[in-house]
Amino acid sequence: MEIFNHNANVNFLGMRKFSVGIAILLMVLSIGIIAVKGLNYGLDFTGGVSLVVDYENPVTTAEVQDALEKGGIEHSLVASLGGTREVSVRFQPTAGMKDEAGKINLDKVSAVTTGVLKASRPDVSIKSRDYVSSTVGDELRSDGILAALVVMLGIGLYLGIRFEWRFAVAAIVTELHDALITVGVFALVQREFDMTVLASVLAVIGYSINDKVVVFDRVRELFRLARKAEPEEILNRSINNTLSRTIITALFTAITMAALYFFGGPVVHGFAITMLIGILVGTLSSIFVASPILLWLGVSKQDLMPKSKENPELARRP
Amino acid sequence: MSDFPRWKYALVAIVLVLGIVYALPNAFLPVPAVQITANRNNTVDDALEQKVSDALKKANVASTGIEIKGDHLLASFANADVQKSASDAIKAVLGDDYTVAFNLKSTVPNWLTAIGAKSMPLGLDLQGGVHFLMQVDQNDVIDKQETRYADDIRSLLREKNIRYESVTRNSQRGQGVLVVLKSNEDRTAAATIIGTEYPDLIVQDGSATGDRYPLNAAVRPDKLRELSLNTIRQNLGTLRNRINALGVSEPIIQQQGDSRIVVELAGVQDTAEAKKLIGATATLEYRAGYGTPQQAIDAQRSGIVPPDARLYKGREGQPYLLSKNIIVTGDQLVDASSTFDQQSGSPAVSVTLNAAGAKKMLDFTTGSVGKPMGVVYVERVVETKIVDGKEVRTPKITEEVINYATINGVFGKNFQTTGLRSPKEASELALLLKGGSLAAPIDIVEERVIGPSLGQENIEKGLRAVMIGLALVLLAAALYYKLFGLVADVALFFNLVILVAVMSAVGVTLTMPGIAGIVLTLGMAIDANVLICERVREELRNGSTPLAAIRAGYDKAWATILDANVTHLIAALALTTMGSGPIKGFGITLLIGILTSMFTSVTVTHAITALIHGHRKLKTLSV
Repeated sequence: MEIFNHNANVNFLGMRKFSVGIAILLMVLSIGIIAVKGLNYGLDFTGGVSLVVDYENPVTTAEVQDALEKGGIEHSLVASLGGTREVSVRFQPTAGMKDEAGKINLDKVSAVTTGVLKASRPDVSIKSRDYVSSTVGDELRSDGILAALVVMLGIGLYLGIRFEWRFAVAAIVTELHDALITVGVFALVQREFDMTVLASVLAVIGYSINDKVVVFDRVRELFRLARKAEPEEILNRSINNTLSRTIITALFTAITMAALYFFGGPVVHGFAITMLIGILVGTLSSIFVASPILLWLGVSKQDLMPKSKENPELARRP
Repeated sequence: MSDFPRWKYALVAIVLVLGIVYALPNAFLPVPAVQITANRNNTVDDALEQKVSDALKKANVASTGIEIKGDHLLASFANADVQKSASDAIKAVLGDDYTVAFNLKSTVPNWLTAIGAKSMPLGLDLQGGVHFLMQVDQNDVIDKQETRYADDIRSLLREKNIRYESVTRNSQRGQGVLVVLKSNEDRTAAATIIGTEYPDLIVQDGSATGDRYPLNAAVRPDKLRELSLNTIRQNLGTLRNRINALGVSEPIIQQQGDSRIVVELAGVQDTAEAKKLIGATATLEYRAGYGTPQQAIDAQRSGIVPPDARLYKGREGQPYLLSKNIIVTGDQLVDASSTFDQQSGSPAVSVTLNAAGAKKMLDFTTGSVGKPMGVVYVERVVETKIVDGKEVRTPKITEEVINYATINGVFGKNFQTTGLRSPKEASELALLLKGGSLAAPIDIVEERVIGPSLGQENIEKGLRAVMIGLALVLLAAALYYKLFGLVADVALFFNLVILVAVMSAVGVTLTMPGIAGIVLTLGMAIDANVLICERVREELRNGSTPLAAIRAGYDKAWATILDANVTHLIAALALTTMGSGPIKGFGITLLIGILTSMFTSVTVTHAITALIHGHRKLKTLSV
C-alpha cells in the first residue's frame, strides 16, 4: 500500500517566504501569549493545600475525587491513608478559598471543601489542613536551563561534526520553534502545565530533532551524489524523497498518542496532547522550515563532500 | 544469499531469551497484603500468627496465606477490597501494640529471584508508598544563632578593648543576648559597635543598677523569619540529596505549613530503613583540645569546668576537655567517603572541606602543631514515651569524642578521621556527611502507609489505552508495509520485552507518565523500520533485484538511523541529568528505549528478513 506518489515533486522551497513567515509569526505570537497570559502551572510547581479527610464509613479515592470535581475543585490528588476511612487530599485552592488580598485562608479552605464533600457524603469531616510547597525543588530551574543548554550544545556539536555547522544552526532554530509553539498552545488554552507536561515538551524536542536529521541526512546524500548541485533543487528533492517517511512516522507515533488521549484517562491527557501538538508542529517544521534556513545559510555541495584524505602531493601532479 | 552472519543470529537469539527471562518477573503481579510489625515491647511470633488468623476467620475474611518474614508478619489477600477489610479487622484485634500496614507480597518464583531477575518497582501514583510528616525544630536554629552572636559579641568587645562584666544569652529563647557593662560610656561604645558590626541585631539599653549597665541585643524578627525559611529550604535540599542517595526514584518532598516537611517514598518495603536515613542527624565537630588529660579528669571529678572549655566523654567513658570554639563542623564538608586507615587498618571517614572550612582548618593546624585536637561525633535521637496516654517526644543529644590526638602536621582541605566502631558506621556517617547536614534537626511526627494516588479505574484506563495504541500501530504497519510491516511488528514486540527487561534490571520506578513514555518510545521505535522499508521500496523502484534492494535498503537506512538516534540520545541523556522526579525517570526510559530500538528495529528485523528471504530466489518483495 502506498499513500504518497513517489514521483511527487512539490516545490516546498518555492513557498519558503510564506512558510517561514508563518513560522516566525507563530513564534512571536507564542512568546507574546506566554508573556501575557503565562502558564497555568500545576500543583507540583505551585504547591497548594493539603487536607486529611476522615469518613465514618469506608470510602474510595475515586469517590472523593469525583465529589471534589463536582464542587469545582479540579486536578486534586487523592490517596488513601492507612485504612479505608481516611484520605489525604491535595489541590490548588480555588478563588473561593482566598481572602480579599488573594491570600489563601485555611479556614475558608476547610469550609469550602467540607461543603463540597458533604454534598455527596454527609459522614465526612476534615481532620487537618495546611499549606504545602511545590514538590519541585528550586534546583529544577537551574538544572532545566543547564539541561537545555547541554541538549543544544550536544546536538549542535554532533551535527557540526557529522554534517556541517549550517545544519546544526538550522536544527537548533527549528527545535526552539517547535518547543516554543507547543508551550505557546498550552499558554493559549490555559491547560494545566505540570511536570509530566514539561517532560513531554522535552520529548517533543527529541522527536523533532529525530525528524529533522532524517531530512538532513538525505540532503547530504543527494548533494554528494549530484553532479550539478543546485541547492534549492537538492533541498526540494530531499524533502520530497523523505516526505512519505516523515508523514508515516508522524502518523504512527500520533496513533499511539491519540489512543492515550482518548482512552487513557485524565492522568495521561496532558502528556498525549502535548505530544500530538508537538508531532504536528515538528512534522510541519521539518517540511517547511528547516530546509529554507539551510538554503539561506548558504549550504553547498563543497561543504558536504567527505574531506579528502589524499596526499596533497598527489593533487598537485598533472 | 546469506549476507547476515551466523554470529548475529546467535546474538539475536541470546538477547531475546535474556530479555524474556528478565522481563518475566513483571508478569507475576504482587498480591495485596497486610504487614504487621511489632511496636516497642511486642514480638512477632506464632502466637501472633494464630491471633491474626482467628481475627480473619471471625470477620469472615479469606486470606491466601499468612507467613512470618523476618521481623514482620505478612498476610496476603485476593484483592484490595479484602485487604482493606482484613486490615480493619486485624487492627481492631491487635490495637496499638502492633503497626498494621498495607503492603504487597511478591509472587515472583524463587528461580527467577535467584538469577537476579526482579519486577519494576511501581511509583506513588500506581502503588502508593510510605508517607512521613516531619517537624523541623526551629528552636534549635534560634538557639544556635543566639549562641553564635553571644560568642561573636564577646570577641568583638575584647577586640575593641571594651571591658564587660558578662555576655550571656537571655534565659528566654528569642530574646537575644544580654551584655552587662561596667560604665555608661562603655555601654554607648558597645551599642554603637554592635549596631554597625551586626545590622541584624536590635540593640537596646536595659535599666542600670549600681555599676551594672545592661545592654540587650536581639535578632530582628524579620531576620529570624528569614532564617527559619532558609532552614526549611536547606533541610528540603538535604533530604532530597539523602533520598536520591537511597536510590528511591520519584519521591515527593514538600514543605507543609511553616515548619513541617512531607516526604513520600514509593515502593519502600522496609520503612525502618528509610526512616533511619531521613531523620538521621549524625555529624562531626572538630574542636581544639584544652589543657592536659589530668585537668580533664579533675574537671570530671570536681564538676568545675574552665569557662572556655567543655567536658566531653569518649566512647569508653573517659573524660576529655575541648575548647568551646569549634574549628569546623559537618556542614562545611563537601565530600566524604568511608575508608580504612592506612596505618591501623581501622574504619575511617575521609573528608573534603569547602574553601572556608579548609582555610580555618589550615590556620588552626598551622598554629597548633604538637597540640591536641578532638573529633566529636554528635547524634540526636528522639525518644518517644507514653505519658498519660499521650506520646511525649524528647530529643536527646549524644556527643562523644571519637578521636583525640596530637596534631602531627599541617593539613587543610583533605584528611581522615578515625575512631569509628565499624565499617558500617563509617559508611553511614560518610553518606550523611555527603548529603549535607540538616540545618535544624527534624523529628518524624507521623508515619503512614499511603495508597496509590491514581484510582484503580485510572490505572486500568491507562493500561487499556497503551494496549489499544500498540495494537493500532501494529495493524497500521502490517497494512502499509505488508510482510515487512509484520516483521517490524514482531521486532516491536521484542523491543517492548527487552525494554521492560532492562528497566526492571536497572530498577526504574514505573509510573503512569513512565508508561506513557514507554508507549512513545515504541511509537518512535517503528521509525527505524519506516526508514528501512521506504529505502527498500526506493531501491526496488530504481530497478534493484529484491535481494539487492534489501541489502542496499538496510545499508543506506543505517546511516540515517544512526544519526537520528544519536541526536535523540543526546536529548534523552540531558533529561536524565535533571535531578529527580518524573523528568529523570522519563529520560531514562527514553534512553533505554532508543538503545533497545536500534537493536530490535535493525538487527532483529534484518535477521528475520534474512531468514525469510535468504535462501530463495525472489521475484518480488512484499513491502
